[in-house]
Amino acid sequence: MNTQSNAVPESFESRRSAPVAMSATQPLYWSVRRELWENRSIYIAPLIVAALILFAFLISSTAGIWEKALRLDPAQQPDKLAEPYTFAALLLMGTTLVVAIFYCLDALHGERRDRSILFWKSLPVSDLTTVLLKASIPLVVLPLLTFAITIATQWIMLLLSSAVLLASGQSPATLWTQLPFFQMSLMLLYHLLAVHSLWYAPMFAWLLLVSAWARRAAFLWAFLPLVGIGIVEKIAFNTTHFVHLLGNRMGGGAEAVTMPGGSPMDPMTHLTPGHFLISPGLWIGLAIAAGFLAAAVRLRRYQGPI
Amino acid sequence: MACIEARGLRKAFGTTIALDGINLRVDEGRILGIIGPNGAGKTTALNAILGLTPYEGELTVLGRDPWSERDQLMRDVCFIADVAVLPRWIRVSQALDYVAGVHPRFDRAKAEGFLAKTTIRHASKVRELSKGMVTQLHLALVMAIDARLLVLDEPTLGLDILYRKQFYDSLLNDYFDRSRTIVVTTHQVEEIQHVLTDVMFINRGRIVFGCSMEEFESRYLEVTVNPERVAAARALKPMHERWVFGRKILLFDLKLDGGVNQNIDRQQLTEFGDVRTPSIADLFVAVLSEKPGDSPVNQAGQSLSNYEGAAR
Repeated sequence: MNTQSNAVPESFESRRSAPVAMSATQPLYWSVRRELWENRSIYIAPLIVAALILFAFLISSTAGIWEKALRLDPAQQPDKLAEPYTFAALLLMGTTLVVAIFYCLDALHGERRDRSILFWKSLPVSDLTTVLLKASIPLVVLPLLTFAITIATQWIMLLLSSAVLLASGQSPATLWTQLPFFQMSLMLLYHLLAVHSLWYAPMFAWLLLVSAWARRAAFLWAFLPLVGIGIVEKIAFNTTHFVHLLGNRMGGGAEAVTMPGGSPMDPMTHLTPGHFLISPGLWIGLAIAAGFLAAAVRLRRYQGPI
Repeated sequence: MACIEARGLRKAFGTTIALDGINLRVDEGRILGIIGPNGAGKTTALNAILGLTPYEGELTVLGRDPWSERDQLMRDVCFIADVAVLPRWIRVSQALDYVAGVHPRFDRAKAEGFLAKTTIRHASKVRELSKGMVTQLHLALVMAIDARLLVLDEPTLGLDILYRKQFYDSLLNDYFDRSRTIVVTTHQVEEIQHVLTDVMFINRGRIVFGCSMEEFESRYLEVTVNPERVAAARALKPMHERWVFGRKILLFDLKLDGGVNQNIDRQQLTEFGDVRTPSIADLFVAVLSEKPGDSPVNQAGQSLSNYEGAAR
């Protein structure tokens, strides 16, 4: 080998600018940011619902509807007082659940439809990273966002309620002492993480898989096969196991998440992480979710624009 | 050093064969133009090189297997697939943020510099930009990446002539520096003829022709012959004839394989009329209009089905 031929690649290498030092998490951060840019409904929809809740709550507070609970027997007060707050949390969770479903169905379908997948694939981000980050939106981002927005909404409700009471010359002291605010927040966080993240994971993973696979009508492909399996099972074996399985999954797996036989009046009995974490339903569900996501990664690798 | 090396590259979609055993070597620092009719397999070949599609056969791009190492490969490879792949919802500033966020070799200041020369505003969304501006934006993003291989698949499709010219000018002046490799496919062959260092024709999944532009210029000649001299000129076995304004234009290959053309020279041809280098498009038509087996030219074409870009 003469030295000349070796010198060329060396000088060539030295002319290349050194890559910018980049932490491993930086591409992940920007990939999540990108999802939020593209799908602004992720935060706009719950914010709009929160605004509507606050508006309606303001009207009902001035009408004194919820303050009736303040004149109840103190033993019943916490549950009664918590009612509008729980209702607000349910509405917000319902909203973000719908947002998550539509997000998942479009996540790997939209980029193929508008051909932008060719742009994303021209960047050094692997299909695995992309699919996992897209899955993190319903599994991590939305539950945490729901928690933050719900807590903020409930705080504003509490302040509104107190202001209305003060304005009408009543003391808000009972409201502040009797409302189980901390307990409610803890319950909410547990419910979001246990049910929306972990228990629903196979559902979101299924939707992502369909969105990676379907060429069109992802919505129909996501739901019709489930209906089909139910019908075939019913006609062939006259059983309804699959429908029950789905119902249990979508219903939030009440027996897995909460302790069977626990007093429904004591909200703390719902916090049974030990029982939840050893329930086979959880782990079977997570294994299925992992399988669906692996299939979605593989599909994204093969699929081009449609 | 080989930038792209393929041996027996094959790809079939069902019964349709898109790539039929392609052998290819592109050295670093070349600008290769891949020319072919629609459905010839150009995009499939590029997709294989970019790791977007699985294939049979051997393929190495910058020493990597593109299919299994796409994300690693994309640190050193850029591509513009065609004009409309930037997501329509993204803002210009977001596109800059995102590429800067995920690409270790992206120089944001450089991209901003390119954009400053255009009328593109940072707050605009891609859907608000004209087709030409979207291409300018994509090119600005890509040129700010210090890549070793740039792949362009019909990058100027649907653009007016001003944008097309500007596109190749900035590519040559602001980007290409002899250490990078560019592979480009286009139907606007004439516009890139002066840009290329190598040219390759592909048809029905096979490479039917390939040579460096230096060889192209020294080897192929086109002679405008008056009708009365056509018969005499034909004796020299032109590879292709066409009529233009009542005169014949004959295309000659000066180094035809097979010994049929006894090395005719330029001097001989000037006796018949004006001699000039043909355009790539003319040679393309000549090569593709040959029917298999009825001309010595086709043998030449087949002998070229192994394309090796000239080494530096």
